[in-house]
Amino acid sequence: MEASKVIHAIYNDDDVLMNAVKKVKAAKHQIEEIYTPFPVHGLDKAMGLAPTRLAICAFLYGCVGLTVAVLMMNFIMIEDWPQDIGGKPSFSYLENMPAFVPIMFELTVFFAAHLMVITFYLRSKMWPFKKAENPDPRTTDDHFLMELPIHNNELELQSLLSETGAVEINVVDKAH
Amino acid sequence: MYTLSNRLKLVSLILIIVGAGLWGTGYYSSHHVTLDNVKTMLAEEASHGGHGDSHATVTEDTHASKDSHSDNASHADADAHHGDEHAEHVMHQIHNRPYSALYIAAFFFMMIALGALAFYAIQFAAQAGWSPLLFRVMEGITYYVLPGALIVLAIAVWAGDHIFVWMNPDMVNPESDKFDKLVAGKSAWLNTTGFVIRALIFIGGWSLYRYFARKFSLAQDQAPEGDRSNFKKSFRIAAAFLVFFIYTESMMSWDWIMSVDPHWFSTLFGWYVFAGMMVCAVTVMAMITIYLKSKGLLQQVNDSHIHDLAKFMFGFSIFWTYLWFSQFMLIWYSNIPEEVTYFVTRIEDYNLPFFGMIAMNFLFPLLLLMNSDYKRIPWFVVMAGVVILAGHYIDIFNMIMPATVGDRWFIGMPEIGAILLFAGLFMFIVFYAISKQPLIAKGNPFIKESEHFHY
Repeated sequence: MEASKVIHAIYNDDDVLMNAVKKVKAAKHQIEEIYTPFPVHGLDKAMGLAPTRLAICAFLYGCVGLTVAVLMMNFIMIEDWPQDIGGKPSFSYLENMPAFVPIMFELTVFFAAHLMVITFYLRSKMWPFKKAENPDPRTTDDHFLMELPIHNNELELQSLLSETGAVEINVVDKAH
Repeated sequence: MYTLSNRLKLVSLILIIVGAGLWGTGYYSSHHVTLDNVKTMLAEEASHGGHGDSHATVTEDTHASKDSHSDNASHADADAHHGDEHAEHVMHQIHNRPYSALYIAAFFFMMIALGALAFYAIQFAAQAGWSPLLFRVMEGITYYVLPGALIVLAIAVWAGDHIFVWMNPDMVNPESDKFDKLVAGKSAWLNTTGFVIRALIFIGGWSLYRYFARKFSLAQDQAPEGDRSNFKKSFRIAAAFLVFFIYTESMMSWDWIMSVDPHWFSTLFGWYVFAGMMVCAVTVMAMITIYLKSKGLLQQVNDSHIHDLAKFMFGFSIFWTYLWFSQFMLIWYSNIPEEVTYFVTRIEDYNLPFFGMIAMNFLFPLLLLMNSDYKRIPWFVVMAGVVILAGHYIDIFNMIMPATVGDRWFIGMPEIGAILLFAGLFMFIVFYAISKQPLIAKGNPFIKESEHFHY
């Protein structure tokens, strides 16, 4: 069950934030989400997030791109309108393969890159016209925000967070 | 501090002795092949069929230049003598083989050290923060540049026209029936004196950089706190060396490799050889680092350093493939006879090493080292490294052998012997150099960053 009350701890330095995350994790409190203006190196490991599976997706998308390139070039250059490539009229895909390698490479990269970006956006629940979930616009500038759910431990969390160097601690009721 | 163990000394000594023995046997047996032996052999092969067919095309290729200089009237005459000429040609190929085998292995190990020197200089020029922990390993490997390169030069001069056909004075003598117009036209560059002078300039420049870089690196360790003058000097000479290196490496690859086919040329050959040497150098660095770590030394080296080296192995393998393919595709596409004959020979007579090497140098590292987790597993990196090194040996093999022995190739006694011989020498010299100084370049301004490096 998602807690309706959350606590927002705001930091103004990524090193302070990293240490805070380690302390909060050590005290066995759950971290709901962290909003940062830029990617913080090692934050995912400190938060204990599962490793990304995006790389596996990228590999599979690359395989799709390679297949599309092979089928496409085979249809265009060999079957539909056979071409005499480099003065060697063999009309075989395999024998003309060197000429197709740049296309095979480009489409592999094209598919892997574009589909990986789209996957990343969807997985992060971002799509066009989506309303921003960002709780505080300062996290797009120079502040870092850690969001923790409250389970009847508001005072304990507040004292812990103020020890970690948070510049601002707010209790927010998400139900409203 | 690493101490050279007796076991390692013994292993390298055994490698050198066994290697020299194998190569010597190969040399001895091939030098006793006479024209009559070859004729009998060719007659046997012809009766078995098969082998003779593929050979005919090669001989015509290599003889084409000579034929073009004789007029048509003498052509019929030449045909009658073709049998004898062919047998003599095969005999020369058989004689050339041990020289080429020795040269390939010598070049292969020299190229590892030279690549490591360039990689080391790049670390200084870029002021890299991740790598200073590995500097003493790199310095150890680069110790082989001077002896290795001198050995390559010595073999080249000793072998003469057994490897470099243009070193035969008849090739540039208009009176001789071996006169070759194209080689004569290139004789301003391709002559033995120029070859030796250029080689000495290359080797001298590389060794000077190696000497001073090592000196400054050691002096920086002894320097008082806050004194970075030696590091700054290192930075400056590294930048200057890299400029010198990229020109001399290119010219070295024309001289020491490309000129074995004096009619053929490729404009990106220097880059192609460079990519190969960088892969091998980084691979050997990773292997030695992992070895030292398994001995309980270099404890600050963590799996992020191994990961970075493996990334370079992966990256340079792709870079090598890119250059290999750029060279191949343009020549294959345009299909100009004097260019494409290079690849025709390799595909027809060296089919397995030619395509096998692409699988070993491209497909294998691509698929094995793609996964980020595998790049951190030492035994995985070592296994991938073994395949990469073998693949790049075959790459050099494919550059030299087709020009010198044609289809009379085999990876047998002389080749394996030469590999063992130089592997032993390389191991001994490199580990001797590593054992001379502490394993951590503690004075380097970036050493703290390197110790805390994590990905």
